[in-house]
Amino acid sequence: MTHLPLGQQLLDTCAALLLLLSFAMLSQRRVVTLVNLYAVQGAVLAAATLLLAWRTGEEHLYVSAALTLVLKVAFLPWLLHRLIRRLGVYWDTEPLLKVSGTMLVGLVIVVFAFSLAQPITRLASTDTRSAIGIAVSVVLLAFLMMITRRKAMSQVVGFLSMENGVFFGAMSASYGMPMVVELGVALDVLVAVLVLGVFFFQIRERFDSLDLHHLETLKERD
Amino acid sequence: MELALLLGFPVLGAALLGLTGAHRRAPEINAALSLATFLASCALTVQVIRHGNLLLGDEQFFIDPFNVFLVALTAFVGLTTALFSRPYMRVELEHGRLTPGRLRLYHSMYQLFMFTMLLALTTNNMGLMWVAMEGATLSTVLLVTLYRTPESLEAGWKYFILCGVGIAQALFGTILLYVAAEKALGAQGVTALLWTHLDAVKTQLEPTVLALAFVFLLIGYGTKVGLVPLHSWLPDAHAEGPTPISAVLSGLLLNVALYAVVRSKVLVEGSLHSRLPSVLLMGFGLVSVVLASLLLWRQRDIKRLFAYSSIEHMGIATFAFGMGGPIANFAALLHMTVHSLTKSSIFFTAGHASQKAGTQVMEHIRGLITLSPTVGWGLMLGSLAILGVPPFGVFTSEFLILTTAMREQPWATPILLAALAVAFAGIFSKVQPMVFGETNGRRLPHAPALLPVFAHLAIVLMLGLYIPPYLAHWYRAAAHLIGGG
Repeated sequence: MTHLPLGQQLLDTCAALLLLLSFAMLSQRRVVTLVNLYAVQGAVLAAATLLLAWRTGEEHLYVSAALTLVLKVAFLPWLLHRLIRRLGVYWDTEPLLKVSGTMLVGLVIVVFAFSLAQPITRLASTDTRSAIGIAVSVVLLAFLMMITRRKAMSQVVGFLSMENGVFFGAMSASYGMPMVVELGVALDVLVAVLVLGVFFFQIRERFDSLDLHHLETLKERD
Repeated sequence: MELALLLGFPVLGAALLGLTGAHRRAPEINAALSLATFLASCALTVQVIRHGNLLLGDEQFFIDPFNVFLVALTAFVGLTTALFSRPYMRVELEHGRLTPGRLRLYHSMYQLFMFTMLLALTTNNMGLMWVAMEGATLSTVLLVTLYRTPESLEAGWKYFILCGVGIAQALFGTILLYVAAEKALGAQGVTALLWTHLDAVKTQLEPTVLALAFVFLLIGYGTKVGLVPLHSWLPDAHAEGPTPISAVLSGLLLNVALYAVVRSKVLVEGSLHSRLPSVLLMGFGLVSVVLASLLLWRQRDIKRLFAYSSIEHMGIATFAFGMGGPIANFAALLHMTVHSLTKSSIFFTAGHASQKAGTQVMEHIRGLITLSPTVGWGLMLGSLAILGVPPFGVFTSEFLILTTAMREQPWATPILLAALAVAFAGIFSKVQPMVFGETNGRRLPHAPALLPVFAHLAIVLMLGLYIPPYLAHWYRAAAHLIGGG
């Protein structure tokens, strides 16, 4: 058996934690906990970025870790919590699929994600390439969460978690994206959440609820 | 310099119009800034014609015939839409559908939207292009919900979530591109996403990863193009937002998204040596044409009707890019131009018609020709143009696409022809009573100012009869760049 260096082992642990958190989010119906899980996911992501920065000596990864910490661990969860309090949405309704069913679908998705990631893993020259499969899983699991949830807030957390997955994929496949792109993406995510905040108030003002049931009339008219 | 002005005016405009508040002259400022942007785009075009391709700003910006023609088109339609929106939005304000505060948001976001689209077109960095495309969605989400009706909120939410998820796929595709590029270009982190660099080494990029990247990019940007089955946000967003926004979404955003798809296709095709990108584009294009032309029949809302027609035409252009080769690419570029001009002019008249009738339901819009001949003729001519009646430019591009299809992909020709016929009947049978039907309404005292409509239609007519040599040369150069076939 070969011994992996400590840094590598820690990174793999981070990757495993990310996947675990994705599953936890998938099964969680309390919106507040969901946001907390998202913050923890951000923290693990920041830790992984930091570890990677330390191991590879790539300076821009330090910046990117700091950005993750500020944006995804502190600011966005704070904003979402504030929104939850002001709007009074604490629970998601029963998801379209029972939790146990969702978990089973999630398992299938992970297997699929790893097979999808194989050609990329073979090409990538980073020593974190084994985690690419996990990144793809996180993206697809977040997608599943968006499909199965009814409340706008849960869908947004799913959307943000998807972005985390894509970000982790960029990190493990190529040690992150060029700085200018990373900054741009962070800016877009930030603006997206701000726009959503405004948007939620508009929805609530109209319907007195954030249940997406109300938003299905256009489909029927089609 | 020209580029700095081109991107600078909209940013300046967004800040200015956002900060000055609900200024009485805001619509005029909006139009003036759009004019400035258009002049800058003309200057940039002259530059490219004189000196050939330009690499600017530390290689972060790249201008070639392919994108400069879209830049000019975008700035032009941006200008005419700003001119149209000046009186139109004022009436909306008087009707009490809007508040001054929302009008301020509208003007500011309009400029920001122009900026993101021009950035997406001119940037050389595939990552920045992604950022700009996402920015284009974000700047228009709050415009789609501008009226705050339940329907518009639903449309906005769908637009945000579907395009958000789509664009996340495109980001993943961009990352895969980056991984493959780093391998081929060596450890050149900063330059590995520059399109020109990627284009130079495209034959050495790992094919499997690029194929995967293309699938993700196509799904991501294809959502924005409105390709079936990723189209469901498009009719809602077009129908529920204010009319000037429908015009720019349909006339410009779809083009820019298709531009992103084609740029990706050029790279992937160079690496792949297989027909995969072509086949995918042709498949998505054909499905979009067929489904949109069938769904047209079920529409009752005038803006939804023409939104489906946009899906159909984007499908035609996508199919043509899929076939590839100089003639099909030429036709697709021409089709993008004439569709963008015609469709925005149709939305202008449809907006006026529904503003006068007080509804967007087609059954209640009747006898436009008696109410206001300008609006009536505008809608009729615009519809005929978009349906591909000669001598309008849409006929030329569709004719070129069909004849190429007959030679290259004979199986697709009957499907395309049938879909076009179905769409023709569908749209014509709905537009005809709206224009010539019986009405007991009285003729309007003033003819509405529809200069933008007739300016657009005149250009489309000209492109159908005669394409000036420098323009033809320009299209050919762009078509050659895209290659394929």
